[in-house]
Amino acid sequence: MPVYNARIIVTLRSSILDPEGTAIEHALHELTFTTCTDVRVGKYITMNIEAESEENARTIVDQACQKLLANQVMEDYTYSLDEAAREPA
Amino acid sequence: MKAEPEVNLELAKELGLTEEEFEKIIEFLGRVPNYTELGMYSVMWSEHCSYKNSIAMLKTLPRSGGPLLVSAGEENAGLVDIGDGWAVAFKIESHNHPSAIEPYQGAATGVGGILRDIFTMGARPIAILDSLRFGDINDDHVKYLVKGVVRGIGDYGNCFGVPTVGGETFFDRSYNANPLVNAMAIGLVRHNRTASATAKGAGNPVLIVGAATGRDGIHGATFASEEISEASEEKRPSVQVGDPFTEKLLMEATLEIIKEDLIVSIQDMGAAGITCSTTEMSAHGDSGMEIDLDLVPKREKGMTAYEILLSESQERMLVVVKKGCEKRVKEIFEKWDLPAVIIGHVTNDGFVIIRYEGEEKAVVPAKSLVLGGGAPVYHRESRRPAYLDETRKFNPDTVPVPPDMQDVFLALWESPNIAGKQWVFEQYDTSVRTNTVLYPGGDAAVVRVKETKKALAMSTDCNSRYVYLNPRIGAMIAVAEAARNVVCAGAKPLAITNCLNFGNPYKPEIFYQFKEAVLGIGEACRAFGTPVTGGNVSFYNENPTGAVYPTPVIGMVGLIDNPECIVPTGFQHEGDAIILLGRNREDLSASEYLAQVHGIVAGDAPYFDIEEELKLQAMTLDAIQTGLVCSAHDVSDGGLLVALAECCILNAAPIAAVVTIIDKMRRDALYFGESQSRIILSVHPPMVDELIRLAKMRGVPAAVIGTVGGSVLEINSDIAMPLDSISKAYSLSLPRLLK
Repeated sequence: MPVYNARIIVTLRSSILDPEGTAIEHALHELTFTTCTDVRVGKYITMNIEAESEENARTIVDQACQKLLANQVMEDYTYSLDEAAREPA
Repeated sequence: MKAEPEVNLELAKELGLTEEEFEKIIEFLGRVPNYTELGMYSVMWSEHCSYKNSIAMLKTLPRSGGPLLVSAGEENAGLVDIGDGWAVAFKIESHNHPSAIEPYQGAATGVGGILRDIFTMGARPIAILDSLRFGDINDDHVKYLVKGVVRGIGDYGNCFGVPTVGGETFFDRSYNANPLVNAMAIGLVRHNRTASATAKGAGNPVLIVGAATGRDGIHGATFASEEISEASEEKRPSVQVGDPFTEKLLMEATLEIIKEDLIVSIQDMGAAGITCSTTEMSAHGDSGMEIDLDLVPKREKGMTAYEILLSESQERMLVVVKKGCEKRVKEIFEKWDLPAVIIGHVTNDGFVIIRYEGEEKAVVPAKSLVLGGGAPVYHRESRRPAYLDETRKFNPDTVPVPPDMQDVFLALWESPNIAGKQWVFEQYDTSVRTNTVLYPGGDAAVVRVKETKKALAMSTDCNSRYVYLNPRIGAMIAVAEAARNVVCAGAKPLAITNCLNFGNPYKPEIFYQFKEAVLGIGEACRAFGTPVTGGNVSFYNENPTGAVYPTPVIGMVGLIDNPECIVPTGFQHEGDAIILLGRNREDLSASEYLAQVHGIVAGDAPYFDIEEELKLQAMTLDAIQTGLVCSAHDVSDGGLLVALAECCILNAAPIAAVVTIIDKMRRDALYFGESQSRIILSVHPPMVDELIRLAKMRGVPAAVIGTVGGSVLEINSDIAMPLDSISKAYSLSLPRLLK
């Protein structure tokens, strides 16, 4: 079965307060990076999925995101997916 | 920009208002409200802000007198005198619905909200307690809720720097999908440093301080006033996120401006945000306000007036500053890295006028929106629920007495409601500020009052199964048990706060439970001389299968004048005599034993006689204060055997006991019945005669039932259990059940 590689980005919805992002922005400004604004923190997840087709793999990633990887009450997710390169035999 | 929706009855109904209420708004304004105004009324007249279905009953509670410095409902939290120029501010509040949707943030912001209520009074918070109720512990969703809620409380409290010292955790199927998360905070303030929430003095500037305003929790208050349904999944974007560090800064800045006497009044922004704080502060002071929303610091772009007014962004306050002191207030907030922005001023015409982007967005008479003013007051129909006829028919003779009492004991001991709650409170910082004397796990927590010799004992209590089976007596027992718990620590009960969690008040059977419970609380509080400082009502706690058990949680604070008389829950010394105060009664009603072992929730509330209880508590307190007592623990959930086993292990070094109880009655009732008004003391042998004499004089039954010591707990010939297996079962059960 083919293996797909998913790269998932989970971010807080835009209307949700992000204390961590605010703290980082504050620290950036203290370090004189005053042109950096609107800092938001999220997480990046990669994983491999064994699936019959790309469509199948996408369904699995969606379900995994909805059930575990993203807290949909507060977070959105996006991802990109490629067929993983096969290990040389 | 999107055009505002047209205001009509349909829209009003969508926002949770009734036809009658919509008519009333038109009458107050002399015109149809615009969209922004309608939003303001809908949120202010929601159950959460207006108490429209509960206030008539709440007024029957004893809400003034005694040590109370401020009557309930007048300010953000109640204020109780403890002498030496100090007062205690304390309050309990629910965050049930937000916690059902997002347990971590819901619980965290619940703690944040109640802390703000305390420091808005000028008081520095010294302790938090959490009264938690969850559904069936075997349900995966319930486990998820438990873990999220406990972590949320821990993270917020720990980060803010206030110890979480006590509370309760109870599991029952009736709380499936609708957990109860009630947070109580206690703070200390000097008499002359309290702050008011009454806006006065035309021309005084109005400032918004603290966090920026985003779209958080819009219509959170209305949401809390609806039953949870499949559709509420859709309302999820209203989750607010807490920021405890900002709150810590906000507290320091707030206490500083109060100390420097720069302000007229201050109110925290919780439910209904700017709408609630501007209208309530104006209404209390017979004044008005002109507010310019363009000046409000915003976190998001493109917010409408409606959204800014209804936002429930956390960690914000509205402050009326004495004219001329604005600069100093701003300096102080700047020092704490927080914005403080003038957004308007006080007026004397009684109107709250909101301007935004060059338009008048709302012109409303402040009084017409608030509780005690124009907000509706309803007297709901009440009807005795039919289930009570069924549950009262319970005949204990139909329940077989199990052959092996040790098996029954172990089953109960490991059940989620009895087993140790270390898994919960070990996630909390219980000792930050280094004033905690008695830690969670015992009857009451005790916290020192620095700069004095005094200490405060505190406890939250409610056995909702009792209240379900007899709302009036069950609520009285909740007050009695809370008082008994602080008495067992050596404190005199001072006053209570209550958090009344019930189902939909429009159902007459639910309203009956509410009404009876409030009457019961009132009766008990009058008897104990503990007025109600305030609290919170949470209705609509229902899930698709019905309402939660009626749960009037009582938060009690007691005063200890002499710190040498603080008494722990667990046995202290080998050789001490064990004395049982009160009488064992053959009563299985409403017991944890019946529910856990036989799957029966039936009968009346357990035996309870308030005169008996008063005598017991007064005598116990006397005995503790005269130094006769080494430890004290009341008999409550699980009955006598559970209480005895707890006495053995609720101390630094567990110590067993040999006990003989001779009462003639069915064994299970004697061991596991929950009849009220019983306390287990341990006493140095030379003091026993004096204690028995004192009890006799005060008309309290007292009997020596055993001796502390050894490593095996022996009770009659029925129980013989090594101490370490009792300890292990107690502490390992909850983590195992939650896996």
